[in-house]
Amino acid sequence: MKLRFLHGAALSALLLTSTAYAETPGNTLVVAKAIDDIISLDPASNYEHSGTETINNVYEQLMQFEPEDVTKLVGGAVESWTVSEDGKTFELKLRPGQVFHSGNAMTSNDVVFSLQRMVKMNKAPAFAVTQFGWTADNIEKLVVARDPMRVDLTITTDLAPSLVISILANNITSVLDEKLVLEHVTANDMGAGWLRNNSAGSGPFVLKSWKPNESLVLEANPNFRLGAPKVQRVLIRHVAEPASQRLLLERGDIDVARALTPDLMQGVAGNPDIAIQDSVEASVQYLAVNEKFEPFKKPEVRKALNYLVDYQGMVDTFLKGQWTVHQSFWPKGFDAELDGTPYKLDVEKAKELLAKGGYPDGFTVKLNVRNSSPYLEMAQSIQNTMSLANIKVEINPSDVKQLVTAYRGRQHELSQNAWIPDYRDPQSHAYAFTYNPDNSDDAPNKTAAWRNAWEIPQDVKDLAAAAVKERDTTKRMQIYVDLQKKLQEDSPYVFMFQGMTRIAERKNVQSIAIDPANGVLYYRLTTK
Amino acid sequence: MITSGKDSPKGGVSLRRFGSIGQVVARETSTILATFLGLLIVTFLIGRVVPIDAVLAVVGENASAEVYNNAKVELGLDKPLLTQFGIYLVKILQGDFGVSNLTGNPVFSDIATVFPATLELATLGTLIGVLIGIPTGVAAAVYRGKWIDHLARVVGLFGYSVPVFWLGLMGLLLFYAKLGWVEGPGRQSVAYADLLSPVTGVILLDAAVQGEWEIFWDAFYHLILPATLLGFFSLAYISRMTRSFMLTELQQQYVTTARVKGLSEGRIIWRHALRNAVAPLVAVIALSYASLLEGSVLTETIFAWPGLGRYITNSLLNADMNAVLGGTVVIGAIFIGVNLLSDIAGRLFDPRTR
Repeated sequence: MKLRFLHGAALSALLLTSTAYAETPGNTLVVAKAIDDIISLDPASNYEHSGTETINNVYEQLMQFEPEDVTKLVGGAVESWTVSEDGKTFELKLRPGQVFHSGNAMTSNDVVFSLQRMVKMNKAPAFAVTQFGWTADNIEKLVVARDPMRVDLTITTDLAPSLVISILANNITSVLDEKLVLEHVTANDMGAGWLRNNSAGSGPFVLKSWKPNESLVLEANPNFRLGAPKVQRVLIRHVAEPASQRLLLERGDIDVARALTPDLMQGVAGNPDIAIQDSVEASVQYLAVNEKFEPFKKPEVRKALNYLVDYQGMVDTFLKGQWTVHQSFWPKGFDAELDGTPYKLDVEKAKELLAKGGYPDGFTVKLNVRNSSPYLEMAQSIQNTMSLANIKVEINPSDVKQLVTAYRGRQHELSQNAWIPDYRDPQSHAYAFTYNPDNSDDAPNKTAAWRNAWEIPQDVKDLAAAAVKERDTTKRMQIYVDLQKKLQEDSPYVFMFQGMTRIAERKNVQSIAIDPANGVLYYRLTTK
Repeated sequence: MITSGKDSPKGGVSLRRFGSIGQVVARETSTILATFLGLLIVTFLIGRVVPIDAVLAVVGENASAEVYNNAKVELGLDKPLLTQFGIYLVKILQGDFGVSNLTGNPVFSDIATVFPATLELATLGTLIGVLIGIPTGVAAAVYRGKWIDHLARVVGLFGYSVPVFWLGLMGLLLFYAKLGWVEGPGRQSVAYADLLSPVTGVILLDAAVQGEWEIFWDAFYHLILPATLLGFFSLAYISRMTRSFMLTELQQQYVTTARVKGLSEGRIIWRHALRNAVAPLVAVIALSYASLLEGSVLTETIFAWPGLGRYITNSLLNADMNAVLGGTVVIGAIFIGVNLLSDIAGRLFDPRTR
């Protein structure tokens, strides 16, 4: 940081002067990101992007991905596991010699405590393991420590073992330091108040501080089992405005910018001090088509919508480098991907289908959309192409929370949405898009299928049920491919695009690993 | 909410009418309480009619029905509207403004963290607005129709019509990215963050008191651009109002009399005309200051400034009503406080209102 001198008692900026360029401290990686999504950093409560990234870097999960290879699922706190003959009991052997940040040794009691606590708290992320049949009442019998290094997990539902193992890589299986957490319990909160902005993990970083809407600091854990992180500190600054992020990056006041829009990315691309890093991302952008809306009850009309989106036109212009065309529910680049894009803009075909469906003169429909770029541009493109088949689209822009509220209450007609997996298995999306056992208005499961009032056809139901149980992983993946083909044929979704994670960083920053499922970063190997 | 300058004479009259200071205090207090109650009711209702589900903001989009319902009960949102408001009022009377759903901190401790950032920005902004705006307005009135008047008008028009986010980004691009005269978004450079033990939370003040001059200047160079930007908008307003007040004063008979008596033009303008324009000007400045204290959301976003405006907006967009209501009470208190002060100042400056 340079020194500056004030020339006179000037109050106007015009009278100020300065010297050299700023730069960030050598042992600290400075990242600009919008972190106002964080509600809690307790692994049993967090369900937000910034919180997930923090927890991945601070805690070890039972299973996890490492920055050396973000596509390979490996044991985290768990060294090895065996599955019982009936596929219901998982015997987990813990890695010996694991130590928490506090210096406490990790034992099976910590694992049991963490899993039981999460199920008993039953907060937002717990739904991922309720699929195991775990409830607050039975969890003490189903998650048991056999000896200091062994934990047995029992599931009561029919799930393929490979699916269970995938789910164990979720944030919620983070192993908490039981002793430390119990020291901070107040009023039966199971330590949730303290864990909200403190950490009790064993991961590569320790949570130093979190100031809401301001900053978040991670300190290196020198005793991490795979070696200490290369940077001493990661400071994440809350900078919501993408243009401000760009200026900070170009001036060298930050090392990594997380939210540059495509035009800003293009702007920094020519800067010799800045590199751009891309990764596929498992988010899928789709149009949600509510079957409560009269015209959408007709399969021909739903199909016609697929022909009224200018997929390639958008990707070639304002979505360039940000999204790619993708027309099935599970993203490319992962097991069970279904490539191929059967739909393109074809107005004649759409008109034909609309006529068949009883709407030769079109209709008027409201499209809910986030009030920010590039969503509004997408909505305008869709409005334009749909008007060619006489569908009059009224764009209804709103804040994302408002959009979600309407969507979850199934009050939309058309809604532009994204879906990101909760664990890296096609079941994560298959569940959301094809599970709707109760289509009544007050059904307990508010999946995407329910939100669009989809009465799931029997063949789709059968496939989905078969996939969950199939023990042979290759066969299981094939069922998901078939399921995607079914949904491509007819469903209340127009799958359009797959996301990309793009970050811009100073040239001297190396080895940031991007998680392809949700775009969070791993900082353990990062140097600068 | 706002009592404008023209209420001042009324206040003076009532002083005589009621005679007793106690009665005036009682009346003012009841007005303030009624204002607060109105404020709370309106804000509370706005929070309940916005089409955002506060529970979803806490539990996330995919929460199960059970998780959702638990959170709803925890937040007290399952009770009838009137009961919710009643509970809230009782808590406020006990000095408990609740906990923010988003940050998990008591609302008042959140506000105590964000308000100094806004205070710093608004105070310097208003200073810039006053120190440049008043002389500009006076000059524009004295040289009415001349180039200086036109220039002031153009500057004023610019200030009124140019969007703040555009000007902010252009300012950053020029003075920070290209020229490097000022520091970029944020209140402090990374190297200086957390070095200071906060006393007031106003970094300039804390650093000066503790003799940490490097931190002081670093914070100053972060502050100067957003403050100048806000100052520019407030100077546009202040200079136009000064011009208008001064034109009225300069056409008064006492000015002609003064000229006939042979007083110098400078003395007439600064000692006589401006002095009479001060009382309404104080009200204008107070209003402008209060609105800056409310926090400027766009400026705070562009400059990554952790201030009150952004806090309240973010809370509202997440239906975090405890935070929004707490923030509203603070802003209400600021408006009422600043207006009271400006009333008092107005009476001091203008004997006619006493």
